[in-house]
Amino acid sequence: MQVPAHVEYEKATSVEHALALLVRYGPDARILAGGHSLIPMMKLRLVQPETLIDINGLSDLSFITETGGELRIGALTRHAQLLESPAAGRHFAILHDAEKVIADPIVRNWGTIGGSLCQADPSEDLSAAFAALKASMVIRHPDGSRTVPAREFHTGPYETVVGPAELLAEIRIAIRPGGGSAYQKVARRVGDWPVGAACAAIWLDGDTIADAGIGLAAVGARHFAAAEAEEFLHGATATEASFARAGQIAAEHCTPSSDQRGPADYKRHLASELTTRALRLALRRAQRPGAPAGMTPGRPA
Amino acid sequence: MKLTMRVNGASYSREIEPRLLLVHFLRDELRLTGTHWGCDTSNCGACVVWLDETPVKSCTVLAAMADGHRVRTVEGLGRDGQLDPVQQGFVQCHGLQCGFCTPGMMLTARWLLDRNPDPSAEEIREALSGQICRCTGYENIVRSVRWASEHDGEKQSAADREAAGAGDDDHMPDVPA
Repeated sequence: MQVPAHVEYEKATSVEHALALLVRYGPDARILAGGHSLIPMMKLRLVQPETLIDINGLSDLSFITETGGELRIGALTRHAQLLESPAAGRHFAILHDAEKVIADPIVRNWGTIGGSLCQADPSEDLSAAFAALKASMVIRHPDGSRTVPAREFHTGPYETVVGPAELLAEIRIAIRPGGGSAYQKVARRVGDWPVGAACAAIWLDGDTIADAGIGLAAVGARHFAAAEAEEFLHGATATEASFARAGQIAAEHCTPSSDQRGPADYKRHLASELTTRALRLALRRAQRPGAPAGMTPGRPA
Repeated sequence: MKLTMRVNGASYSREIEPRLLLVHFLRDELRLTGTHWGCDTSNCGACVVWLDETPVKSCTVLAAMADGHRVRTVEGLGRDGQLDPVQQGFVQCHGLQCGFCTPGMMLTARWLLDRNPDPSAEEIREALSGQICRCTGYENIVRSVRWASEHDGEKQSAADREAAGAGDDDHMPDVPA
């Protein structure tokens, strides 16, 4: 039987109250959102917070809006809400691709976007997706807020820049013209963590790639991104050859580890192949903006 | 801490430890043992209950998180001695063998049918994909949910008749709005 160790519990009634509680209880307090990462970690004694600060009542942290040329996602938004959001799917199909393969529908009902990001598991799908989209994270603290790029949010496995008296409040993604995006994941079974995953967002100017973002999960990529491959694509023509080369570059610069999900060379192969597939699908979507995401085609059409 | 929640329409208050999981609160404190406790790792789905309007895995939710909320367990699926069409479907189509996964399966199926009254087999499989059955191979579970979808109208009209009578809020709403 797995049960968490003794812990104190506080229910936050507002973001300000949650921050005040974090200040009062110090670094041994943890924010409790959906709890679908934190509670399993507590059961296994991998973390043992002294106090949980439950933010599930903070409905002002649960939203998906199009505001000021951005898609804004509240940190308490459940995975299921992101998957069901037409605005998210219309602008960033990558998010629906990723959500379809995160855990299962029941887990997605309660697990939160902010919780997944703050857990900072190196295999976490949305961390890669937001890296590819070059999103930014709004972090609240008692004196106001600060915004950090998604690629500076994670400082290592299970570590983020969110301080002991801070709270991830919101994720923002700029909506830019000519964009298309896609997420590609290989897992051992439905709903599992990835063996390897790659995703891409491209912004076209005619046939030229004006900007590209490539995210990688579970393959030891720094900040969940493939910066060298993005650099190669910048200003390149969107062709099958350039996508294949970008995949190779992404694979060369990641550092996967062999583990129970697969050997390192296989994960490196996935980084290459899935990057190419994600770019291919992102291109198709960029050329047909507004088209529904549909079922995720993993192979060339 | 003191906790109050409505479970299947009835209000319960208990003094609990904050670390108590919802599945254990339901089973051990309230003796509602229809909610099953399986893998303990949010994989198998035997512990699925509704928290307000949404099925969740109660092995990975603290009872404290349900404080002030409504919970619906398999004991609250039928009404007034009448089985819910989902339960009837599992009877008609042999949707269970050992029965361990069945409460969670039925609660998720009820949720699916409330949102999508005529789901395809593929949609049923997707909705139940967070729940594991080691007996049936799922075929009969899918048939059971299909049976329920085809017979839900009968329950609907019965519920409408009831709603037209006394307005009791002692029952969870279990029909589509």
